[in-house]
Amino acid sequence: MTERKPPNGGPEMEHLPDNEKKKSHHVDENLFRRSQEFSQIFNQTRQFVEDLLKENERLRYQIALLQSRQPSAPMIERLQKEVEYLRKRVAELERENQFLEARYREIEAENKDFALRYAEIEEQNNNLANLYVASYQLHSTLDFQEVLRIVKEIIINLIGAEMFGIFLLDEKDNHLHLVAHEEMDEVVGMKVSLEAGILGRVARTGEPYYINQAVRPDAPIDYLHPLACIPLKIKERVIGVIAIYRLFIQKDSFSALDHELFSLLAGHAATAIFSARLYTQSERKLMTLQSFLELLTTPPPSK
Amino acid sequence: MKTLTFMIVEDSPTMRQLLAFTLKRFKGARILEAGDGVEALKKLNQEKADLLIVDINMPVMDGLKLISVLRQSPEYQDVPIVIVTTEGAEEDRKRALALGADAYIAKPVHASTLIQTIEQLLNARKSSEGA
Repeated sequence: MTERKPPNGGPEMEHLPDNEKKKSHHVDENLFRRSQEFSQIFNQTRQFVEDLLKENERLRYQIALLQSRQPSAPMIERLQKEVEYLRKRVAELERENQFLEARYREIEAENKDFALRYAEIEEQNNNLANLYVASYQLHSTLDFQEVLRIVKEIIINLIGAEMFGIFLLDEKDNHLHLVAHEEMDEVVGMKVSLEAGILGRVARTGEPYYINQAVRPDAPIDYLHPLACIPLKIKERVIGVIAIYRLFIQKDSFSALDHELFSLLAGHAATAIFSARLYTQSERKLMTLQSFLELLTTPPPSK
Repeated sequence: MKTLTFMIVEDSPTMRQLLAFTLKRFKGARILEAGDGVEALKKLNQEKADLLIVDINMPVMDGLKLISVLRQSPEYQDVPIVIVTTEGAEEDRKRALALGADAYIAKPVHASTLIQTIEQLLNARKSSEGA
């Protein structure tokens, strides 16, 4: 827009009186200012309208775009079916998940049960191995001293006893005689009456004796009152006893396996000791008889 | 898989039989037995063992002496040695470990403890060889 200069009086104004001239000049200035303000507002309005048109255009474009993207009716139907299927599948999977969780808990419980059973079987296997080895060794010889050595090995290595004695009953004097021992040097040759203490009672009754609570390793030793006393029995006949006085420092009480070993010793050690003693005695008698026979059959040396 | 060879050095035949019984759980394992340290050294000169189970109290040469001799030999410097003994005191354990034993089990022995100890030692050895 062309800028207009404010009127500052032309030749037509010259004939007017001075006060009229001043008034007219003032009106012109006002008009000029207002025309400028109007021109400014017009420009701003035009700019605003242009912006509105642009925005309108943009929105139209957006609407067209959205309309083009809107799914068709068959597509909506297909999508609804798919949603329905997915809902069903989710429900199925949830049920399956619940079932699997329940199964997992069951299997976990079963697993724990199997682990416990495995530990029990492992323990039993261990016990059977101990019993097998002990029994095998006990019947591996007919030498009396060898059998006593094996009984000692079993008591030391498999039971864990540090101090013990093997007593055999002499039916001639009705006393129990110490025939083998560990850490009992101070009472070598000890014999116990069938009336004396736990040892005598076990030999009389044939019933084993155990202290089931933990025992202090430094507790004083009473040879008639051991921690455990096992009868050596052949059927109902008691041929001796094993008395345990002290366990190793690492062992504070008897275990279930120890009781099994005690039972095994009660029967198998008794048989092994008895057989070996008889065999040794018969061997000795046989040798004596053979010597006599040799003496009798050998002709006297000729002079 | 390589067949394992174990050596049991123990003067008690009962204990040797029980340990051999336990070691048979390692499939195909070969088991050498010796009644004392000297017999063990003689047998180890003829055949190498992958792991030794040694008792302490033995006649002729005890378990501790055997360990010190073996640890001086380059062939047996790193071979795992498990002590199985009646000596359950802490000072005995410390002495044996200081001499070069790798594990210490006090009698009576639980088969599961022995198996677990041996597996741990063999695995540790395998991983140190692989490193």
